Amino acid sequence: MDNKRVTELERIANDIRTEVVKSIYRARSGHLGGSLSATDLLTALYFEKMRLKPEEPDWQGRDRFILSKGHAGPALYATLAMRGYFPVKELETLRKIGSKLSGHPACFKTPGVEMTSGSLGHGLSVGLGMRLAGRAKGEDYRVFVLLGDGEIQEGQVWEAAMAAAQFKINNLIAIVDYNRVQLDGTVDEIMEVEPLADKWRAFNWEVLQADGHNLNEILPALDQAIERSQQGPVVIIARTVKGKGVSFMEGKADWHGKVPTEEEFRQALAELDRQDGVS
Amino acid sequence: MYELVAPRDVFGSTLVEIGKVNEGLFVVNADLSAATKTDKFRAVFEDRFINVGISEQNMVGVAAGLARVGFIPVMSTFACFAPGRCYDQIRQSIAYTNLNVKIASTHPGLAVGVDGATHQSLDDLALMRALPNMTVLAPSDQVQTRKAVLKAVEYEGPVYLRIGRMECPVFFGEEMEFEIGKAYILREGADVSLIAHGSMVGVIYEAAQILAEKGIQARVIDMPTLKPLDREAIIQAAQETKAIVTAEDHFLYGGLYSAVCEVVAGLALVRGVAVRDRFGESGTPAELYKKYGLTAENVVEEVFHALH
Repeated sequence: MDNKRVTELERIANDIRTEVVKSIYRARSGHLGGSLSATDLLTALYFEKMRLKPEEPDWQGRDRFILSKGHAGPALYATLAMRGYFPVKELETLRKIGSKLSGHPACFKTPGVEMTSGSLGHGLSVGLGMRLAGRAKGEDYRVFVLLGDGEIQEGQVWEAAMAAAQFKINNLIAIVDYNRVQLDGTVDEIMEVEPLADKWRAFNWEVLQADGHNLNEILPALDQAIERSQQGPVVIIARTVKGKGVSFMEGKADWHGKVPTEEEFRQALAELDRQDGVS
Repeated sequence: MYELVAPRDVFGSTLVEIGKVNEGLFVVNADLSAATKTDKFRAVFEDRFINVGISEQNMVGVAAGLARVGFIPVMSTFACFAPGRCYDQIRQSIAYTNLNVKIASTHPGLAVGVDGATHQSLDDLALMRALPNMTVLAPSDQVQTRKAVLKAVEYEGPVYLRIGRMECPVFFGEEMEFEIGKAYILREGADVSLIAHGSMVGVIYEAAQILAEKGIQARVIDMPTLKPLDREAIIQAAQETKAIVTAEDHFLYGGLYSAVCEVVAGLALVRGVAVRDRFGESGTPAELYKKYGLTAENVVEEVFHALH
């Protein structure tokens, strides 16, 4: 991957972060922490690795992405808007009555959203169903499922993990947004998920790891995952920081669902703006 | 009239029948294919059958994923597990998302019998009726069951199908036309209307014969669609007969009795034969129907309460 492209992608990720902060500030509600931790992963998928036609959202051959941690909807919405699925201006309608952009994503409301999510733990099962359909039809589209690290405390995730390995399903790639923080506190104090790589290996998944904010690690990890997913299910454990990009939000459970004050909002935008200049 | 066939056997063979003409059908199971009779489908269409093991929540997601890519998944287990165990998954991934998934649950109600209260789903209709976008079917005999399965697959959208486990008398000829949302009058009568679904249709039919001997003419209505309801048939029953008595192998709350009351509240006298706010226990279906008040005699008794 040439450096110029990486720099472009970093700039896009930063613009997505700015839109996320703006849309949640305007909506006066929404989940900043988990949206900002997922942004670089979404950027790598939607702007580099996934086969898509934004002008034809229902194109049958497209790769599918399921945001199983539905509370990061603002990050998905901003990514889809920047990728051309709908006007960026529509991000202003987040969480407003009559909007396409409901508090948690719904696939029948928003172009580009592949599956409804919000109640946690559903997405990996749905991704598995989509790939079973792909296999039955002889279609090789890939399905990427983004899971929260708090989310994987849900038992259904492991039901799906067990089944995906049993069926030796191909082209199914899970990504854990491993930001180590959930609503009520840190993952280790609430419900530790470690040893996480061992857990997935014990479920017969191939495990890859990457820094979820470094595109020089994310992009090769995705390439490797795509290649290895020919043999069976692959998970990428992406180490991330909750609230990434805004210094005072980083690593704080508080910012799971808090809305910034006007002063905090201005500071957040100023920080993101500076980062845009640097990269 | 008295040839006895278990609806679940018909369910399995109907899936095979559909599979032969509809390549979109996909059957999903959670380690109960022998009991729900979907093993008949597996035997013929192995590539369109998946067994997810004992994981009903996962089964709902897998069915939703299959539907999202254009298959027509029929997922099947016991009613106590779907909707019982996976209501949240059904609510979000199927009903709210409005996906073309058919949830076909066998073994409903006290009719499960000796397995006891854990396996006797008496709240499934209440749960499924509460969800927007969900169509709720509870066919009675083998003919109706076959036609209901055919219609459910043909219909575009989420459907809950409650399929009986017990053997059931046959009321309908092969020529019957099943329509979602339509009630079927099995017997005319001007004194009282008896309405039931599933295994209780036989019970109200028997009650009508007992009532006839006592000089009371009962209209017998088979109501295989709990949602959308045949409101017209219910209003007619309210206007043309003196009272309505519903009967169901389900809790009194949230099922047919509730549905009928919602239509004719204030317009008609409605009484319900159902399980009254308590769990079941082990026993033969006949013993349980007697102990929990689901017999023809119980229906007759309610009719007398209503008319006197």
